[in-house]
Amino acid sequence: MTTATGAAGAGRVVRPYGDTTGDGMVQMSFTLPVPYGGAHSKVAEGAAQQLAHKMGMDPAMVVHAKAMGPDFTFFVVYGRVHHLVELDKVQVVERDYPLLSPKEANLAIRKLLRRRMVVVGACIGTDAHTVGIDAILNIKGFAGEKGLEYYREVRVVNMGAQVSVPQLVARTQQEKADAVLISQVVTQRDAHLLNTREMSAAFREAYPAADRPVLVVGGPRFDEGMTAELGVDRIFARGTTPADVASYLVHALALRRHRHAGAPGPARSAMEEVALR
Amino acid sequence: MSKTGHMKLMLDQAAVRRARALSARVGEPIVRLAQEHTTVSVERATLRLGGITGADPEGTPWVNRLLDVVRADVGLEHGVSLPVWHALLRGEAEDLTTLAQKAAAGSVRFQVPEGREATRARTAARKQVGAGLRRIAARRRERERLVKRWGDPEQKPWIYLIVATGDIYEDMPQAQAAAREGADIIAVIRSTGQSLLDYVPEGPTREGFAGTYATQENFRLMRAALDETSREVGRYIRLTNYASGLCMPEIATLAGLERLDMMLNDSMYGILFRDINPVRTFVDQRFSRQVHARAGIVINTGEDNYLTTADAMDAAHTVTVSQLLNEHFAKEAGLADWQLGLGHAFEIDPDVPDSFRLELAHAMLARQLFPDAPLKWMPPTRHMTGDVFRGYLLNAFFNLAGAMTDQGILLVGMMTEAVVTPWLSDRDLALQNVRYVLNAAGGLHEDFRPPPDGFIAQRANQVLSESLELLEQILDHERGLLDAIADGTFGLMRRPADGGRGLEGVAERSPTYFNPASELLEAP
Repeated sequence: MTTATGAAGAGRVVRPYGDTTGDGMVQMSFTLPVPYGGAHSKVAEGAAQQLAHKMGMDPAMVVHAKAMGPDFTFFVVYGRVHHLVELDKVQVVERDYPLLSPKEANLAIRKLLRRRMVVVGACIGTDAHTVGIDAILNIKGFAGEKGLEYYREVRVVNMGAQVSVPQLVARTQQEKADAVLISQVVTQRDAHLLNTREMSAAFREAYPAADRPVLVVGGPRFDEGMTAELGVDRIFARGTTPADVASYLVHALALRRHRHAGAPGPARSAMEEVALR
Repeated sequence: MSKTGHMKLMLDQAAVRRARALSARVGEPIVRLAQEHTTVSVERATLRLGGITGADPEGTPWVNRLLDVVRADVGLEHGVSLPVWHALLRGEAEDLTTLAQKAAAGSVRFQVPEGREATRARTAARKQVGAGLRRIAARRRERERLVKRWGDPEQKPWIYLIVATGDIYEDMPQAQAAAREGADIIAVIRSTGQSLLDYVPEGPTREGFAGTYATQENFRLMRAALDETSREVGRYIRLTNYASGLCMPEIATLAGLERLDMMLNDSMYGILFRDINPVRTFVDQRFSRQVHARAGIVINTGEDNYLTTADAMDAAHTVTVSQLLNEHFAKEAGLADWQLGLGHAFEIDPDVPDSFRLELAHAMLARQLFPDAPLKWMPPTRHMTGDVFRGYLLNAFFNLAGAMTDQGILLVGMMTEAVVTPWLSDRDLALQNVRYVLNAAGGLHEDFRPPPDGFIAQRANQVLSESLELLEQILDHERGLLDAIADGTFGLMRRPADGGRGLEGVAERSPTYFNPASELLEAP
């Protein structure tokens, strides 16, 4: 993974745009635990104004305030901020591997492994939301892209929801899987982070470092930069498509092959071939 | 929730009749299967009706401890009632809970009585389990009295809101606030993963993941809190929970005992989406529905789930087929039309041309196929992108479709679906949305008559005919529905009859099988 800075916007500085360049206009809404109505209204609106000021909005206009029950007030605030966004200091995780079509991925896998790539997928812990893992794995796919089951050179073992870590490790060993995909949607009490750490620790224990399958975790609330902290090879956030995942897996396996072989081997040439096209 | 009366959509009536006939044929062997088997949860529910309560110091319910010992001694196939009441008559303990404690300590041996001893055990079991069922009937009469006193919601659809903090003591004030803001029905979402527990946790609980455990004490606390608020707001606020997963029969029983009003209870959801063994599910489902029928509980089925995992256009007919099967199984178990909250959802991709007309077609099809069922109308989730403004608009169209097609129960959609668990403001904005639409167009279903040869009628008839094809396809399988479920006819999930969770808790009934609850529940 590379952390790229916004080269395209080198040196550029921008401000939020309302209807004029540089006007700095933003909108926000929030709730305060204060009553509204009658004598309370002025105090409540003043409280909202104060918050907006402290957040850097100046001027701040409380355009809407409404009581929500006896103890709360909801506000909509419009206002100007004076902060500058420096585009060359924006840090993002960029894709550091070529995006392959299913056909290209199949070809690369065949050259790389001389067999089908085995991928085990699951929602671990108590998470029952298979939407994410199914979008990536099921042939039906996501956003018009077919899932990994559609890839001829990929064998998918979708274990579904609420799989325990020991079950997952056992199945991965049994299937001799090359990669493990984990989906975590539930984030209450940081369950997604705890589960992921438990999972990566179990794989570290069960496999020698060189043979460990590629560990990939995905879900809408992950920070893509936390791979080292969570002990996984890659984190995918919202909006990831099956092709992103397939391409990454090809890339990761090629790198491993290459590292093991030491010298340029078939893996590398497969990747180069793909990259050159 | 009354009958819609006149026909509004020209449905092919021959096709409607055929759909029901085919569903009955699909359902028949499944009902037989349910009658020929029992499960650990059916037996535990029976013991709960007999009055067993509490849990051991580790939190394992006494009913589980007792069942495990009985099963180890004599097997599950005869039912637990004969050996258990035989032991009570022998004087092993004065009540079921004490018997469980002694059995767990290893000081009771169970056997299946014969002859006169069996007759005496049967009589005692019938009496005690019958008392449990009478308690459920009394709670039902109590509900009817309270509804009369406090009244039903003024508008239709009834407004259904969810609370889910994980902590029952947080849930209660949230539910009360939601009721004051306009909710007619409160659903307490269960902790993720409870469906796969083969026991019902005990006591009040404050720790849950993305929801609160369904326990008898949590049921009691929440019902009491809502009674208080019902009195205050002058309408009876209904309480919903989930009779699904491995403990369906027990949870249904506890719901009946604690006067819950609606229960999520689908015939195939657990199989398809939780990988619970199909036989286990069908056996548990039938018993739980028989209990719901007695308790006057409205079931909510889970057809919306088909559309969250498959395309709402491609899978429209799977919703209809599932509704037909749910209806068949429900009626067979004794539920009346007014108790059938058959589910469906507003999940068509909003980028599809005419998506709203298509939604109306699907909703009207359900409305007209099941004219006397309340119908549960579920909001968009799949196409809620995080753009809360667009989501708010989509929810308004969802509400409008609900008003135009006379839905019974409307689950309020949140604009922050897929973003955060609903904030206080999200709920308030969502209720404003519902109120605006119902106030502006609540009676529109009286004027809305799509032309008989128009787009909407054509689409409805098309979905109906695809449903017939699917029902026929199910019947083409050697073992009908079981094989169809096994080969992935429903969605992409393949669920063989000998796979899935909870299979070890299923037994074929022996000729000496006896279950007083089943016996009493089968009686008309």
